[in-house]
Amino acid sequence: MSGTIDIQIMQLVFAYIFVLVLLFIVKQKEIGHKGEILLASVRMTIQLIAVGFILEYVFSNQSPIYSILILLIMETFAIYNIFGRVEGRISKKLKLIIAGSMFLGTSISILFFVIAVVGLDPWFRADYFIPLSGMLIGNSMTGISLGVNYLINGIRDNKNLVENYLMLGAEPETAVKEISNRAFYNAVLPTINSMMGMGIVFLPGMMTGQIIAGASPIIAIKYQIAIMMGILGSVTLTVFFMVNKGAKTFFNSRKQLNL
Amino acid sequence: MFKLEKIKFKNILNIEEILLEENRVTAILGSSGGGKTTFLKLLNNMITADQGTITYQGKDIESYDPVSLRREIVMLPQDPQIFKGTIKDNFTKTEAITDNENSKNLNYNELLQKVSLTQDLNDAADNLSGGEKQRLALARVMLLEPKVLLLDEPSSSLDKKTEEKIIKRVVDYVRKNNRTLIMVTHSSKIAEKFADKIINIENGKIIK
Repeated sequence: MSGTIDIQIMQLVFAYIFVLVLLFIVKQKEIGHKGEILLASVRMTIQLIAVGFILEYVFSNQSPIYSILILLIMETFAIYNIFGRVEGRISKKLKLIIAGSMFLGTSISILFFVIAVVGLDPWFRADYFIPLSGMLIGNSMTGISLGVNYLINGIRDNKNLVENYLMLGAEPETAVKEISNRAFYNAVLPTINSMMGMGIVFLPGMMTGQIIAGASPIIAIKYQIAIMMGILGSVTLTVFFMVNKGAKTFFNSRKQLNL
Repeated sequence: MFKLEKIKFKNILNIEEILLEENRVTAILGSSGGGKTTFLKLLNNMITADQGTITYQGKDIESYDPVSLRREIVMLPQDPQIFKGTIKDNFTKTEAITDNENSKNLNYNELLQKVSLTQDLNDAADNLSGGEKQRLALARVMLLEPKVLLLDEPSSSLDKKTEEKIIKRVVDYVRKNNRTLIMVTHSSKIAEKFADKIINIENGKIIK
């Protein structure tokens, strides 16, 4: 029962039938976005093939430089992805804070996770370091995107309330405290929700992957619990840094609201 | 107390020179969109003029810490936002967000009476009508006992009778406690009755 069943190329081609089904429905119902679906399928295929070959090379040539390089590439893509997901204009200062929060929050979490929790030896062991980092970065990216959007929209929609606080003599941090707290909560909520349904509503990706790869469900569960805690920590840290520093970018040096 | 010289703010305000005296009641009249609210916002540093200088107590307004200044010169906007919770919460929260210790001596019920609100302190603030919310917001400002009160149409949601009653109480409070009141109003009758000085602002300029 152990060992992974390899998928033959012809079998893999069958998987694309699902895309064809989607394209058929979209065409029949005149929903549109055919190009977007095709592009997503092609991009996903090319990206994964490229990553597969790169990882194959990196795994057989272990080096801290490769691990860190891939980590930086993942961070960069994640940061640009966040910028793309933000609705409306975003200031240069806020962009810097988003990038800094992502980098700082995920780096602390990844290092703690691979050294203290998993006990990787060496710490840069690519077959663990890269996928684990990817999961933390990916989830933090989603969290921070939600947090930024909530913060921007929250301050914009509650401009009068924020100004009212300032007019009474409140510090800017106090004036946006409720909005910042809400942004933080909204950003970590999906992680909390996924923890709630885990194991009952769905079997999480990492655990599924390990079971398919032949690992015992008990080991898979231990990894899944650990990675969920790691994700929670990473999302918490990145969003906390971003919300705290990001909220200040909406005020100028005279503590006036600058929208 | 305030001296404004050669003030320009976008295309909204263009003031050559004006003096606003301490312990006086000043009324600002003018048609809507003429720059009255902008004028008030300049005085408590909610915005900064593009050109010109504003001095407060002889010192450039820019030299004050903006938050300390706003605690001394409190502004009540035309559409004040009420905090969630009870009427009492609105008072306690106002004290908390401004680290205000002076107000501990004030009785919340007395403040409600000053603005003619008969509700209980534990009533939900959200259930108040527009005019009542405006009066609660006014009471919140008075709770802070600022040196200068900047009121932007403080009685716009009130009927004429209540409007005059509330303004009279605010003016009495200001005169009794040696405060300065600068108030935007749409009513020339109110201005003439209560103000020591009336300023007319039209199209961003002061009309003499």
